[in-house]
Amino acid sequence: MASFELKVNNTAHTVDCDEDTPLLYVLRDELDYKNPRFGCGLAQCGSCTVLINGSPARSCMLPVSAISGDITTIEGIGSPNAPHPVQTAFIEEQAMFCGYCMNGWILEAVAFLDSNPNPSESNIRRHFSNLKCRCGSHSAIIKAIIKASELYD
Amino acid sequence: MTEINSISRRSFLKSSGSLTIWFSFAGKSFAQIGSSVQRKSPSQLDSYIAIRADGTVDIFFGKMDMGQGVNVSIAQIVADELDVPIESINVVMGDTALTVNQGGGSGSTAIELGSRPIRQAAAEARRYLLELGARRLGLLRAQVSARDASVYFVDNPSETISYSELIGNQYFDVKLNWNGTYGNNLNITGIATLKNPNQYKYIGYSHVRPEIASITFGEYEYITDIKVPGMWHARVIRPTKIGATLISYDLDSISMIADVEVIQNLDFIAVIALKEWHAIKAARDLDVVWSDGEADLPTHENIYDHIKSSSSIRLTSGEPREQDIAPDLTDYNRAMSYAAQTITAEYHYPFQSHASIGPACSVCDVRDNEVILYTATQKPHYAAEGVAKLLGYDISNVRAIWVPGPGSFGRNDAGDCALDAAMISYLSKRPIRLQGMRADGIQWDPKSPASVHMGSATFNANGDVIAYKFNSKGFSAGDIESNESNPSHSLVGMQTGLEINHTPRFLNPSDKYEFPNQVRYWETIQPIVDRASPLRTSHLRDPLGPQIHFASESFIDEMAFASKTDPIEFRLKYLSEARDREVIQSVADRYAWQPGVASTNPVRDGSIRIGRGVAYTRRNNTVVAIICELRVNVQTGRIYPQKFIVASDQGIIINPLWLRRTIEGNVIHATSRALLEEVHFDDNTVISKDWLSYKTIDIDLAPYDIDIVLINHNDLPPYGAGEPSSRTIIPAIANAFFDATGLRLRSVPFLREKVLIALGTAAG
Repeated sequence: MASFELKVNNTAHTVDCDEDTPLLYVLRDELDYKNPRFGCGLAQCGSCTVLINGSPARSCMLPVSAISGDITTIEGIGSPNAPHPVQTAFIEEQAMFCGYCMNGWILEAVAFLDSNPNPSESNIRRHFSNLKCRCGSHSAIIKAIIKASELYD
Repeated sequence: MTEINSISRRSFLKSSGSLTIWFSFAGKSFAQIGSSVQRKSPSQLDSYIAIRADGTVDIFFGKMDMGQGVNVSIAQIVADELDVPIESINVVMGDTALTVNQGGGSGSTAIELGSRPIRQAAAEARRYLLELGARRLGLLRAQVSARDASVYFVDNPSETISYSELIGNQYFDVKLNWNGTYGNNLNITGIATLKNPNQYKYIGYSHVRPEIASITFGEYEYITDIKVPGMWHARVIRPTKIGATLISYDLDSISMIADVEVIQNLDFIAVIALKEWHAIKAARDLDVVWSDGEADLPTHENIYDHIKSSSSIRLTSGEPREQDIAPDLTDYNRAMSYAAQTITAEYHYPFQSHASIGPACSVCDVRDNEVILYTATQKPHYAAEGVAKLLGYDISNVRAIWVPGPGSFGRNDAGDCALDAAMISYLSKRPIRLQGMRADGIQWDPKSPASVHMGSATFNANGDVIAYKFNSKGFSAGDIESNESNPSHSLVGMQTGLEINHTPRFLNPSDKYEFPNQVRYWETIQPIVDRASPLRTSHLRDPLGPQIHFASESFIDEMAFASKTDPIEFRLKYLSEARDREVIQSVADRYAWQPGVASTNPVRDGSIRIGRGVAYTRRNNTVVAIICELRVNVQTGRIYPQKFIVASDQGIIINPLWLRRTIEGNVIHATSRALLEEVHFDDNTVISKDWLSYKTIDIDLAPYDIDIVLINHNDLPPYGAGEPSSRTIIPAIANAFFDATGLRLRSVPFLREKVLIALGTAAG
């Protein structure tokens, strides 16, 4: 057991846990941030994504002892009163079914659009091909990301 | 660490306890009128509907939504039938203490069958409120009507009384005539008259799913988020080889992990720990010795030879639930003597996995006198029954509470997870949260059956079909049942010695072709291993539909080609029912289909070949026709299905927006199954266990241009749309490939390697 300082959505936390514990379980079980989700535990699907200093990271295979930087979860990017453009676009496009994987898609889209303000369909297809969705939201997701890019303007 | 390895039976414990967990339509919480573990009566209006003092309306729906907006459609139907604003309706789903058993999520029946009692209940409630309102306003029944959750005087609409004033927080206490059936076919009748479609204000209009905003802002609660006091985390350890039994395990191998226990009963073994990460590590590190398992199993490479050479355990022309009907080949054989041409073809379809986006999770608290189970299974009522039987509890003391989970399309790993969690909680005497690891949802979920299909057609000298035969042989879709009510059909049941049983079940193609002298039949074979097999077979989205119709609609296309006929014209020639003809004509019109025999004039552009293909199917009362336009790169073997046109007739349309979305989801999921998905296994075990070893479609290849023609029939009831387009996609792709290349793909999935081999064969 060791003690770790984590800053999540601008709130400082101290947690005591084994140093090999992946960040996912620290966030979910110790700190009640439920939106990073277990999908594979193998960094293959993206459901567990968080932003660390603004960059997407897969928290299921990231030991808490290796974390340095500010963590952002989906609660940290926007709210019903002040939605992030990506959130607005995903809602307007109704771009999901079960929604279990959406944590990853939305956070990945937030980071992607920061550096790719005007993506094409093929840009999106290339960049997001390492995220999984099993319900078949892909076509709606492409539309939502293009719509979000327009909302940024 | 402790070891627990005994199980005793209990029964007839007294009912007690209550619990207040609600799932609401709009993500709002609200209080409830009393509850206990005991069941509601299907013949009471109060079992379906409650009107609160604040004017909200609770609908108790005995099915659930898998992310396709079923709850929204139910709310639309109730809003129209009851005359209340849709925003006031909460649809409570799948809690066994709050809803009657309407069969859960099952076979695209949520709207077709599940809405019937709800609609009737809403109409009965309105009828009762009109009578009550008339009395309270001092008027005759004929002088009042209802709108906006109020009863009003028709001659003076300012004279009004709200539903909540009339009955808020009170029981209706109105008896209905229940048909005595539980499950999908549960229905009720009453004395209220249902509305006509011309009175609808909500049905037929697009409505969004409120859950989507909740998910997007991170406020939605999934099964994985449930926590209960005193809860420990569990992971199950599965055998390393198919059919292996547990010999021993070594506790010393996990002695360095804190707060962990091993739970074992016969061949069932799990670890529990206070910390989730400790449970994961203990499951990973525990040294378990298994027996060698079964010898000489068929493998992925020879599975179709195995199917063809195995003796069948059932062979029939009839429906699975009917008595066997031997296929009568007399007329077929007689017609063969007039043959000018006969064609035959054989098709193969692999085992496929549900591979839900997240492995299943359950939270279960087995106490002395009751069981509380949180589960994302599509069939919580049956899961409660299965848990009761597994542990020897009376069903009235088991409550299953459905909570949304990772999207499921049939009996995925959620059912086993529920019964596993119950067993672990029972043995450990603790509340347990069990979540699978990735392999539990791919390697160990129930599979959709692998199968072989054979078509044979005979033509006279004019090119008319004079005989047609189609038969399927494969593993059963009922190796384990599609619900968890019988613990013999669960992994934990099979691993703890329950008697194995097995239902032979397959189907014939569902279409309306009127070929003379046609015969259709199916046969099933024994499962590869009959106990606790990772290749046990059950229901996966559109159970048996993709297998059978990939083959049957590919073969129809082969028949069209053999008779030198345009594939649309050929289908229409043998179809007479108006709805079947309408979907085909609609899809052809939207595509601007130019008639022509397939593959006679392929479009070539360098290494690219472009083709179009059509397929048509029925599923129960829903009719679908699809045209796929695709590109094939003959250098790389890659197939790009770039455009789909879907014409879909599912009776009256409730919510066009989510009907379209649901069909899009089918198109993408079925394209994944067509191009990529197959479970790999060797003679020891299933090798597919993660996203690298079980390939599914990603956004780089997913179809984007999906044009949906919705055919609305206001004169018909609503039929199902959750699955029917799945079965139509795969043959549409195969037929488009033939048009592009002149080659048939007769084995799913259409992998690059197979395409290249097919193209190479053609060149040679």
